This record gives sequence, structure tokens and C-alpha cells, in this order.
Amino acid sequence: MGNARTICRLAVAVALSTTTVLHAQTYPTGNDPRNGLKPGMLDAGTAEKGMRLVSFTPKPAEFDSVRGLTFINSDLAFRGKYVYQGNFSGFSIWDISNPKKPAKVAVVPCVTSQGDPSIYGNLLFISAEGNGNRNDCAKGGVQNPADHMAGVRIYDVSNPKAPKLVKNVQTCKGSHTHTVIPSPTDKGVIYLYVSGSQGARPETELAGCNNGTDPADENNSLYRLDVIKVPLAHPEQAAVVTGARIFTGLGAAPTSAARREQQANRGARGGRRGGAPAQAGDPVPTGPRNCHDVTSYPEMHLLAGACASYGLLVDISNPEKPVRLDAVSDTNFSLWHTAVFSNDASKVVFTDEWGGGTSPNCQATSMMEMGGNTTLTISADKKFKEHAYFKIPSAQSPQENCVSHNGGLVPVPGRDIMVQGWYQGGIDVIDFTDADHPYEIAYFDRGPIDQPPAPGDTAAAAASRQRGTIGGSWGAYYWNGMVYSSELARGFDVLELLPTDKLSANELAAAKLVRFEQYNPQSQPKIVWPAAFPVVRSYLDQLVRDKGLAAARTTAIASALNAAEKQSGAARGKSLSTLATQVEADANGAKDAAKVRAMAGAIKALAAASK
Amino acid sequence: MVTKLNSRGLAAASLFFLTAGCSSAKPAQTAAADSAALHQMAGMSMPVTIPKGALYTEADVHFMQGMIAHHAQAIYMARMAAAHGANPRLLKFAGKINQSQQAEIRLMQDWLVANKQAAPDTSSWRHMTMPGMLSPEQLATLDASHGPEFDKQFLNLMIQHHEGALKMVTDLLATPQAAQDVDVSVFANDVTTVQTAEIGTMQQMLSNL
Repeated sequence: MGNARTICRLAVAVALSTTTVLHAQTYPTGNDPRNGLKPGMLDAGTAEKGMRLVSFTPKPAEFDSVRGLTFINSDLAFRGKYVYQGNFSGFSIWDISNPKKPAKVAVVPCVTSQGDPSIYGNLLFISAEGNGNRNDCAKGGVQNPADHMAGVRIYDVSNPKAPKLVKNVQTCKGSHTHTVIPSPTDKGVIYLYVSGSQGARPETELAGCNNGTDPADENNSLYRLDVIKVPLAHPEQAAVVTGARIFTGLGAAPTSAARREQQANRGARGGRRGGAPAQAGDPVPTGPRNCHDVTSYPEMHLLAGACASYGLLVDISNPEKPVRLDAVSDTNFSLWHTAVFSNDASKVVFTDEWGGGTSPNCQATSMMEMGGNTTLTISADKKFKEHAYFKIPSAQSPQENCVSHNGGLVPVPGRDIMVQGWYQGGIDVIDFTDADHPYEIAYFDRGPIDQPPAPGDTAAAAASRQRGTIGGSWGAYYWNGMVYSSELARGFDVLELLPTDKLSANELAAAKLVRFEQYNPQSQPKIVWPAAFPVVRSYLDQLVRDKGLAAARTTAIASALNAAEKQSGAARGKSLSTLATQVEADANGAKDAAKVRAMAGAIKALAAASK
Repeated sequence: MVTKLNSRGLAAASLFFLTAGCSSAKPAQTAAADSAALHQMAGMSMPVTIPKGALYTEADVHFMQGMIAHHAQAIYMARMAAAHGANPRLLKFAGKINQSQQAEIRLMQDWLVANKQAAPDTSSWRHMTMPGMLSPEQLATLDASHGPEFDKQFLNLMIQHHEGALKMVTDLLATPQAAQDVDVSVFANDVTTVQTAEIGTMQQMLSNL
């Protein structure tokens, strides 16, 4: 444990960003199809571009909306033909063999805020945070601390129709989210990194828990991510084995006369005349003490942590002894929330959940540099550099809770594209290939759940009018050809991407070739494209779109590919080998030499696969 | 109470202020009025009835009511920044507090109304005292300052203010049976996360003055 801290101290690099450099966008004035959509819970107007709704399935009756957060849907996990949808009061399992008509396989009522799910084999993990969750899943709250559940629940879902609660793994601070990291050395073991901002529960509830103020104190339950080790064959033995102390050394502001004076002033507050306010409490250490969520990329041995006003990069080669590599502080963001790596791990998109998801922070008057995404590049020596912000380019209404939230990659070769949920801001597909110029490719949006306030409402009418219903997309993810979105208030959406001038049919076909048996979005899998014509044609389409290669050549290459496709076996292989050699030569002097070479590589792979 | 909407220099996001409560009256005037009418209440004295079977407690209701007043004062302070020559970074930060905490007030009011509890309006800070809130003297000092002196006063006082909010959350979470209502608990945790981060930001700004 001591080793991790020493290394961290040497590797700290904290960059303070100023807002002027990164302000990239202004809202267009009106005329976006997403403006002025009809309000409604189940009959809201919709606007879409570059994607279409394949199906919408309303919430099961067990989770039918009451006001507030009690029955809202949370995140998604994927395995086989099933989608696991968390809810603050339990979870659902959907069979999506027919995406036009998802079938309800199981609905498990079990009060568990926030219900963040992960699936690994036959084990479903569900995060529990807060004071009202019980070991026995019942409603009614906790009167006896012995009934209190905070941590990660483990279900056996070998029979998806009848999930079985196997274990409640208790942790000191509970779990807002958790992130799977398979053991690099033991296939029978996975780790769960537990994130969450709550303080530690009393020691009387769980031995060893304590709310310290010293980040370096090993006994301090704060300033660490709890690490749960799960023996897959014996999940009932899952337990917290260590803490990832990845925050040490962060947050110490430079000393100065101003700070010293401020410290002195704090002591004098209590003595003012005229009735002093109640004592405000001890000065708090200001570095992060926990993360809201972390995304692991196990095959790259990296983890991106969204932690208070910091984004962290962590080496997880040894999940029990993580090492912080770099940290970026952007004080526009006070709720760094989630992260998505580019497939080659040269970039990370972090999100800021300004307002916590319950505020309407995408209005025309809302600040653009908060509540959106920031794009970071990662250098070869694993250091961050912050580039541009992105926020959805359509102003939302005051009735729509909106801020950037969860998403994942769309596996298009040659580009970095993600799909993402923005609560009632809808679903957005974003290209971040150029870290300085992320842009929107596609979207799907509904009108607000609530009616706007009527002019001339009496106070009584205003008080009785439904308002402030929390809804929208918690997370939107691409998996095996479809986009799945968990709608907080309404239910479960399945969508499909459509070709546009910004995303071609070939690129979508190449994405469809990438299939994962299991997918936990915050435990990113490495995308590898098979040798296939759509992959080659994706690069070609990109070269045409961005004029990265002379038109005469792209036309000729397209013809050559068509001709080779009509052949088979060794003949096709020979044609493609010849083409690959030509394309390699094309790279010299091409505007986008790197992409031309990538295309040559894809042609070569296809040639090899054709023999 | 005179109410005027102050939109100088800051986003006119008061569309969803459901009650009239934004005053631009100078603190010096108000201070005089306040010390005559001020009710110093460390907690709430509004009677609270908890319906049978509710998952929330009196402590949760008092927390939400008190935090409305607390937020309202922060917004009042934030809206002083433009007229008092705050530096550009501080001005932006004050704008963030203005937008964020207005939305949070609405959330708290919604929760109270939905649970048929009394929902204070945004003038409530003038007669409710919660941890970390500024005394009339502190407000007067703030109002009398300008430029870099305002920056320093504002940051010190808003840090005090934020620490008060953190204490309100800590006190709530230490109360038996409290914060089991998930709306309250999620909101309280967010307050802790955001205001802790903002304290860090403010300390950085102070060191850079």
C-alpha cells in the first residue's frame, strides 16, 4: 500500500484550466427540430436525425413512476440476448432477441438506490448507496441499523427468469457506481472498484469504518475507492480486500498570504456582534476523497476516474495496487462524472454532471462550459492534455433536467465516435476524433415530460401542476448493432443509427461487425475489427468525406474493391494484395497519409483472409 | 419587502423562480430593517407534521427548508459580483452559483410541495439563519468592498457559507432515520460533492489574488 502513495507523489501533475481557452460553442438561435417538442410522458413529440426509434417499452408496473427518484431507471449492462436495466427500486431483465419488441424476462423489486448494474458471466452486481436500502430488499426504510445495506449486491442470474440474491457486500460508504476489472492473472477472479461520494457509516454499523480528515491515514475510510474481490465460483465469499488510494497529493492549493489570512479569519468568526451564524465547521481538505464513477479499460491497464473536480488516469496493471499516472483539475467541472476512452486509449472524454442530473442545465441561458463533455488526449508517457468542450447544440426547456451523462463508443473504424445520454436533453452521437473539434453526428430527443407553467397560473394551480419530473436518458450505448437507452421515467428505448452525410452505410456496416458477448460500458472492451469489405470502405468513405486522398484515386480504389469483391478465394486475395501495395504508395503525399496507410493495412488483412 | 429582479451581468434565469424573492435592495438598508425584524433561529420553528408511513423525517423537512434559505443567500451574494467589480473568473464562478443554486432551490421547493410541507420562498434568508450564513455585518462589509477587496471578501465569506452547507448535510446524515428518502439523500450528497469542490476552487482563486 505504501508503494502506491510514494509513486503517486512523484507523478502528480495538476493543470488548472482557464475557461477562455476551452469555450468552443454557442447555442444556435432556435430552429433546431428539438425545440418546442410536444410535452408528455408517453406521447411526447420526438425529433431525430441520423437515428430512428426501433422500439419503446414502458416501465414495468412494479416501477411505475411515483414522483421523484424512487422508481427511476438507472444504468444498463449487456450479456447474450439480455439487457439488464437498473432501477432505484430494483432491476429488470429484457430479452432483446427481437429489438422491435423487447420481452420482459424478470422484474426484481429490491429497493437499491442507485441500482448501477454490471454483469459478469452469471453474476449480476448492483450498487447500493444511501440510508434507506435494506438487506432484505424491502420497502419501508431502515429502523434497525443491522438491516442497512450499502455496498454491492450480488445476484446469480443463471436462470434469468429467477435471479437469486447471493450476497450483500457491505462497504463503509456504500456504492454509487461500481466498475469491473477482471484480474489480469486469475481468470476466476474479478475486482469491483466502488465509487461514491457518501461519508462512512458509523463503526457501530460496520466495523472499521471511519470518517477521517487525513488522506494519508490508512485507517481512513475516505480518500480511497473500496476494492471488492469476487471469486467467480464462490461469489458468497466476495469481500472488500483493499482500498485504492489514488487521491494522495491532490488538492493542496499553493500557500500564499491570502490563504494564511483566510485561515486566521476562520477562527475569528465566532466572536462577531449581532448574533453570529452557527459555527460553520472545520475547514475541509479540498482534494477529492472519492470518485463519482470510474471507467476501466482492462486490456490497456488503464482507468479513468471522474473524481470531484479532477479527472484521474490510473494504471491498473495490478488492480490491488493501482498507481495514479496523472490528474487534471478543471474547475468549471465540479461533478466530474464518467469517462469514455477512445479505442486506442489516446483520448478520454470526461463528463461533468453539473446539477447532478436533476437540474435543467441545457437551457439557452445555461453556461456552455459546464454540464457537458471535455476531451483529453493522453500522451505516450501517460499525461493528460485538455482540449475542447462539447455540449449538445440544442437548447432544452426549463422543464427538462439535462446534463451530460453516460455513454460508450460506437465501433466505427478510423474515427472516435460515442453515443451518450443527456437526460431529457436526449441521446446524442458525437465524433471526437479531433479532440479540438468534437461535433454532433446524430440525435434523438423527446419533448419534456411536464407541461410548461401556464401564464396566469394561480399559486394553487401552480402548486398542483406536475413539474420537475426527472426523466430522460441515463445512458445510451451501442451494442451489437443497436443503441439501447435507459429512460429514467418512461422505460426502455432501442434505436438504430442511420446513414447520413456524417456517417456512411459502410461505416455502420463495419460497426455492426463488432460483436461482444458481454458488455459493461464502464469496463471498456477493446474493439478489433475483422478483415472485411465494410472496414476498408469505411476508411475510403472517410478519405472522400475529408478529402484526405485525391478523388481520382478514391474512385479507382472503390472500383478495384468492387471488382475484387466479385472474385473469390486466391483470385480475390491476389487482387487485394496488389491493391494494398498501390494504396501503400498512395500514402506518400496524401493529405491524410495515416488514414491511407490504415486503409492499406485493412486491405492487406482482407487479402490474407481471402486465400 | 421590495422585490426586484436583478439581471445585471448575470443570466436572466429567473424564469423558474416560482415566488417573488429576488431583492436588489442594498444590504445597508436591509441590515437596518433586518436587525429590527430578525428572527435568529438556529433551526426551524415552523411546525412539521410527518404523515404515517412516510420515509422522510422532520430533520429532512427542516434540512430542505433551511437549505432553501441558505441557497437564497448565496444567490444574493453571487448577484453582487457584477456591480462590485469582481474579476472575470470570479464573475463566472458567481454566475455558476447563481444558476446552480436557483435550480436547486426549485428542486427543494418541489419536494416540499409534493410532500405537502411548507416551502419557504427565496426571501427566507432574511429571517432564517443556517450554519455558515452571513451576519448583517458581514454582508455590509461585503457590500462596502470593491474590486480585489471584494474578490477577497467574497471568496472568504462564500467559503464560510459553503462550509455551513456541508455542516447541514453532516448534521442531517447524523440524525437517526434521516436521509432515507432517496430524493433528499441524493440531493444532500450532491451538495457535499459540489460544494466541497467549489471550496477547493475558491481556495485556488484566493491564492491567485
